[in-house]
Amino acid sequence: MNSDTGMTHAIKMDHLQRERVRMNVESEEIAITVENLNLFYADSQALNDISIKIPENRVTAFIGPSGCGKSTLLRCFNRMNDLIDSVRIEGKIILNGENIFDKSVNVADLRRRVGMVFQKPNPFPKSIYENVAYGLRIQGVNNRRVLDESVEKALKGAALWDEVKDRLHESAMGMSGGQQQRLVIARSIAIEPEVLLLDEPASALDPISTLKIEELIYELKSDYTIVIVTHNMQQAARVSDYTAFMYMGDMIEYSDTNSIFTNPAKKQTEDYITGRYG
Amino acid sequence: MDKSDIGHHISQQYNAELEELRNRVLAMGGLVEKQIFDAVKALAESDRDLADQVIKIDYQVNAMEVNIDEECTQILARRQPAASDLRLIVAVIKTITDLERIGDQAEKVARMGLRLAEEERPKDNYLELQNMGKLAQDMLNHALDAFARMDVEAAIKVAHQDLNVDNQYESIMRQRITHMMEDPRSIARSLDVMWAARALERIGDHSRNISEYVIYLVKGKDVRHIGLEQMKKEALETRD
Repeated sequence: MNSDTGMTHAIKMDHLQRERVRMNVESEEIAITVENLNLFYADSQALNDISIKIPENRVTAFIGPSGCGKSTLLRCFNRMNDLIDSVRIEGKIILNGENIFDKSVNVADLRRRVGMVFQKPNPFPKSIYENVAYGLRIQGVNNRRVLDESVEKALKGAALWDEVKDRLHESAMGMSGGQQQRLVIARSIAIEPEVLLLDEPASALDPISTLKIEELIYELKSDYTIVIVTHNMQQAARVSDYTAFMYMGDMIEYSDTNSIFTNPAKKQTEDYITGRYG
Repeated sequence: MDKSDIGHHISQQYNAELEELRNRVLAMGGLVEKQIFDAVKALAESDRDLADQVIKIDYQVNAMEVNIDEECTQILARRQPAASDLRLIVAVIKTITDLERIGDQAEKVARMGLRLAEEERPKDNYLELQNMGKLAQDMLNHALDAFARMDVEAAIKVAHQDLNVDNQYESIMRQRITHMMEDPRSIARSLDVMWAARALERIGDHSRNISEYVIYLVKGKDVRHIGLEQMKKEALETRD
């Protein structure tokens, strides 16, 4: 045996041990705790007694058929449902030790901490630069140098910088759909939120743009807690660490993504992800 | 997951594909089972024609493996199966590898049969090999049954049966070593018998593997390399 290479070829026995370490919510830092959440649209109940812990710096996916309440639940996290008159909410959502439904909570401040990206990219009819700087300007930041730095950082964070750095002052409306969606993500992260909510962020995009968004999600999770709603189950399987399956307003199963997609505990989950009728 | 579940997809085409896949695995298993039977029979009866036939048919077994593999690849690419469907595909890919190897072992037995046919046949027509062949063939039969019915308890029984096959193998070894020491002229024949016994013992191991894939398929638990007791415990554990 060549003595130079002998050591590098040594087999590390501990790598051969069977690894059965699964991700587990209980061993994570928790960013958001939902406790016994009920939500009603007028008389019809859309969420039934939901309790779930969303771990910090992880990607949590909500999946389920249309109307199961996954988007409704997502919209609770930054109180978007407040905009609908008939909505009544019971229960708690705790972010940083504080119930976000408390009267003392400033909703604008909450939405700064909990950013949201929607299905269809919604850039403002302004320049790329102004789109990203928008949130900061609202916060009263006007120093050009601070703005320049923040915009660059956010665009880099959204993996868009190289594509747009030479045309920052052109209209955002001229960008492709995938670029617009990443611009919207850049706009969200420019104000450094704690949580990023993504509601079907890639469903209007082509496969390549979708993969770019997924890659971006993977990179963003080291800085943000990400919650994503998606109809695309393969996407949930690819990007998320934890997956919650919802059905008719109930949280049926919530577990690490590997378990959900290889060996779900509940038959309802199994039927949904394998495309069976229950 | 139980058997009836294969046919409950919203996509009828997907149902048909999985059902077809399952049937082809069972057909391959049936052929391999017959190969074991014929190989042992050819050996016991010095039937050269039958031995030749076993050797020839092994090509068919190999072709079946290749075709089923191809079908699995296509389902993976086109359907992106999840949960029990995914486990079915994984279990099938692994099962047919073991079936193909069982086919190779049956071929080996047939080749030993051709060689032994040159020699004088013992009065008992290699009864010990016939018995062991019966056990190995039974094991495969039960493993395939467990696969077809997705029956975890039957799969555990197969793993138990492997102990009998191993015991038989040990006893043939001891017997043959005694023969060889007593009469060196019998060494050539004894070695052939031992090769055949070794092949049958391997068939038992492969059948046990298949039964482990059945447990993986039904329960989603990997019970390889953990010993019989632990395997039983894991396989029969129910989830909350």
